[in-house]
Order: sequence, then structure tokens, then C-alpha cells
Amino acid sequence: MGSAPAISPLVIFLASIFSSNMVLSNFLGMCSFISVSSEYKTASGLGKAVALVMVFTTILNWLIYHYVMIPLGLDYLRYLIFIIVIAATVQIIEMVMDRYLSDLHMKLGIFLPLITVNCAILGISLFMVIRSYGFLQTLVFGLGSGLGWWLAIAALAAIREKMAGKELPRGLEGPALTFIITGLMALAFVGFSGMFVVM
Amino acid sequence: MTVLFTVLSLSILATVLAAIVVLADYKLNDYGICKIDINNGARSLEVNGGSSLLSSLASQKIFIPSACGGKATCGLCKVTLVESVGPVLPTEEPFISEAEREAGVRLSCQVKVKQDLKIRIPDEFFNIKQYRTRVSEIKQLTHDIKQFRFQLLEPTTIDFKAGQYVQIDSKPYGKVTEAVSRAYSISSVPSENNIIELIIRLVPGGICTTFLHEHVNEGDEITFAGPFGDFYLHEGGDELIFIAGGSGLAPIRSLVLDILEKNLEKKMKFFFGAVRRRDLYYLDFFRELEEKYDNFTYIPALSGATPEDEWDGEQGLITDVVARHVPDAERRQAYLCGSPGMINACVQVLTKIGFSRDAIFFDEF
Repeated sequence: MGSAPAISPLVIFLASIFSSNMVLSNFLGMCSFISVSSEYKTASGLGKAVALVMVFTTILNWLIYHYVMIPLGLDYLRYLIFIIVIAATVQIIEMVMDRYLSDLHMKLGIFLPLITVNCAILGISLFMVIRSYGFLQTLVFGLGSGLGWWLAIAALAAIREKMAGKELPRGLEGPALTFIITGLMALAFVGFSGMFVVM
Repeated sequence: MTVLFTVLSLSILATVLAAIVVLADYKLNDYGICKIDINNGARSLEVNGGSSLLSSLASQKIFIPSACGGKATCGLCKVTLVESVGPVLPTEEPFISEAEREAGVRLSCQVKVKQDLKIRIPDEFFNIKQYRTRVSEIKQLTHDIKQFRFQLLEPTTIDFKAGQYVQIDSKPYGKVTEAVSRAYSISSVPSENNIIELIIRLVPGGICTTFLHEHVNEGDEITFAGPFGDFYLHEGGDELIFIAGGSGLAPIRSLVLDILEKNLEKKMKFFFGAVRRRDLYYLDFFRELEEKYDNFTYIPALSGATPEDEWDGEQGLITDVVARHVPDAERRQAYLCGSPGMINACVQVLTKIGFSRDAIFFDEF
């Protein structure tokens, strides 16, 4: 832990939202990004749920990685363990929400089980290990990536909503155009790089 | 050694997490005892909160129609919540119309019981029970239609209106691992209240019809819930036009026999549409009824008769046959049962003849 790179948490935070956006520069979490982005309301709901789960699971995985897996020499099991922890966390978050945040649960509830298999969530946990982030860095990394994913899917959904009903060349209908839009968005987000550099 | 350690540590971690989830479920999902008031005090139940309204009601022996078993895919389990407990969920939206949303209608499988609830359901639902039965007779009626007779074991009698349906529970068989429940109309008469008969056509690839046709034998135990539906004799109408095709004969048989048995002063015309001679069944049964009763006429029709069928009865599409025999809609009601395509075509023809939409009855499944 002492070897955490000296990158300011603020830089990590901003970078993970913009220039190193999970979906637009790492292309993680593409399946739900493409399939649940036809309506702004739903997409934004999913985005919020992903952001929430990302923050919790990265923190939890960081703690388990540093206080359980490293001391026991279980580093090589991190893929499996992270996934199990994510699945359990999502379950518990859903139950807590259902009990205490009923309104929120009605809006996000159906997305939560979907999120377990969102690769962006696992990606964050693996990145934080590869980049040997400290606790605070991990926290803002999770939060920033979550917000970035939310921003990206909400923006894509808003664009797709505007385009709905417009006449398109047949080959471009549906996912085809969505991929092109995603590509253009990715180019735009890459424009932020250089402002903050994260390795 | 490493392998052992890996397996062990993974198992321990998984167990700990599973324990936490179970504990959380136990603590967080405990809503204590919730009261459910039905139809403004007609029934009042106390259930353990935390489950869906559908299963909570079923645990108290109140069965809401549901064909998918709580997955929000059939849209049948509608109830009205007198006091709203939250917005309609995205999973329910395809099934709830704007008017229903205003009235507080929800899918009971998507409403979780977390507090005291006040709901409204049709009175008939109180009569719906789960029955344990034994298959006492299986008869092959045509090449793809069988008749099943079920002896009721518990409860031993059923109170239903002619025309209503039940939902048979299938069991896993062969490669099918899920149990489903599917709706079939009763073909026997209500006065015979210790048995029911169903007429079932084998649907290629159908989970429940394949189960019944190929994996059920006489003597097997089968459960069903019922009776459901509002396809029964309605007030008004001196002459009743019955139109059926395929296994749609079932509820019509029940209705006709019930009316004859009760000596109701109604004239009846029963049109039965089939393609070939081999698709006709209960032919002699209905011809005998026709001879015995003046107020009953039986008109079977073939749409694809060939010379070898040696058919001298009505020919053509059932809609054309009906149009030839029914001059106008005066004091008449129509009861239809068959494929959605047949029902749509019949509704069109009947409307042309002059039937208003509320004089035409059919089940939508």
C-alpha cells in the first residue's frame, strides 16, 4: 500500500469521468450500454445504479484484496473473488434499498441484478489492483468511473431519443448507428486527454 | 496443496458471503405481520410480509389467475390496490392500460407486501381453489385431440359455471425442467361436481400439452387451480349462437349440456368448424342431442373436405356457414371458442350481421 502512485485523487476522479471513461475509452460494460440506451429515463436509471454499485464494490474489493487476499497469498484468485463479492454486494444493496429507500428501489430495482454481470464493475476492481491505488484513490476512482459510465449512457440515450423516428439508410438502423454514435462520442471524450494523465 | 488451499479459501469466502446475504435477507426482508383487507372487509388476512402479493394470497388459499407463475410475463394476475403503495413498475407497464393505472390496478406478482394493504378482487376469486386429482380416463378423440377426465381427490367437489376454465400444473419431464401452468376449459357439466373433463389438442412444442399427451397416464396425480374466467352464460339472448373449432368444443359442450339440463328456455345453434372429417369428434353425441331436443341445432362444417371424406354436411369456412344460418342479431348472443384467428374472423362476421360487441363472448387465451 505504501507503493501507491502519487496521483492526486482529484485527477483520478476527473480522468475516470472523461478521458479514461470506462465505456468510451476502455469499452467495458458495452452490452448494457448498447442495449439499454434507447430511452433516456431508463438509461439514466441504469447509469445511477451502476454508479452506486461501482462505489460500493470497489471499496469492498479494495479492503478484501489488501486485508484478506494479500496476507493469505490469494492474489491469483482475484477474478473469482471479486466477482463473488460483487454478486453478494449487489444482492445486499438491493435488499437494503428495498427496505429503506423504497422510492429509489422502485426506480432502480430491476436494474440491480443486471449489474452483477456488467464487466465495467469487475474492470474497475481489476484496474485498481493493476494500478496499485491507495484507499482514497480507489474511492474516487470508483465514484468517478461510475459517474462517467452514467454520463456516457445518459448522453447516448439522449442522442438516440432525438434520432428516434428519423429515416435512416436501412443498413444503419438499430445497433449499427448506435456503434457509430458511440465511436463519435468516444472521439469527443478522448479530446479531454492530455488535461489529466492517468496510468 | 495449493489446489486444496485455493478451493478451501474460495469455499470459505463464498460461505461467509452467502451467510451474510442470508442474514441480511432474514433481517431486512422481515416486515412482520401485514394485514391484507380484501373487498372492503369481505376477507381479512394476516400474512408474513416480504413476499409478493400473489404468493402471499396463494398461501392463504386465495388464487389469482396467473399463467407465468409470477414472472410478470402473462399479465393475468391483476388486482386493484385501493390505497396506492407506489408507482407501476417498468416490468408491469406493458400490461397496465392508462385507465387501469388510474384505477390502481397492479400485477399482484410485482407488488411486495411490506405494509398493510387494501385490495379489490372479483368475488369469483374467492371460489378459486387448488385441487388434487387423479386422472381416471384418457380418451383419444381425434389424431391430435385427447379428452382427460380428472377425479377430484381434495377438495372432493368443485363449484363452477359452465364455460369456465382451470389451470393445470405440468411437471418437469424429459428435457423440460420447468413446471408451468396452462389454462384449459372444462368440457363436463357443473352438476357432475366430483370430476372435470378437459379436451386438449397437442400443440407441437407446447410444454403443457406435450406433458399431458405424452407423459400422463391413467392413475397419475395432477393438480390444478380454478375455476377461472367469465366465459359463462350471460343474461339476455333468446337464441345462443355457439361457434367453435378444434379443442374449443370443450366449454361449448359444458354450456349446451348445462342449459339443456336446466331446461332454460333458450334456442341454441352450435357451429363446429373443422378441416377434414378426421378432425370432427363428438359428432354422434351432438347429433343425438339434436334429435332429442327441439331447441338445439348442430351444424358441423368442413372447410377442406375431399371426396374420400364422403361428407354431405355444410362446407366452407365456418364464418361463411355462420353468415348463411344467422339472419340478424335480434335477441341473439354469440359464444366463441377457438384459435385467435378464428375468433377475430367470427367477431368481424358477427359484427357485420349486427351483433354488438357486448353480445359476443369469448376467452382470450
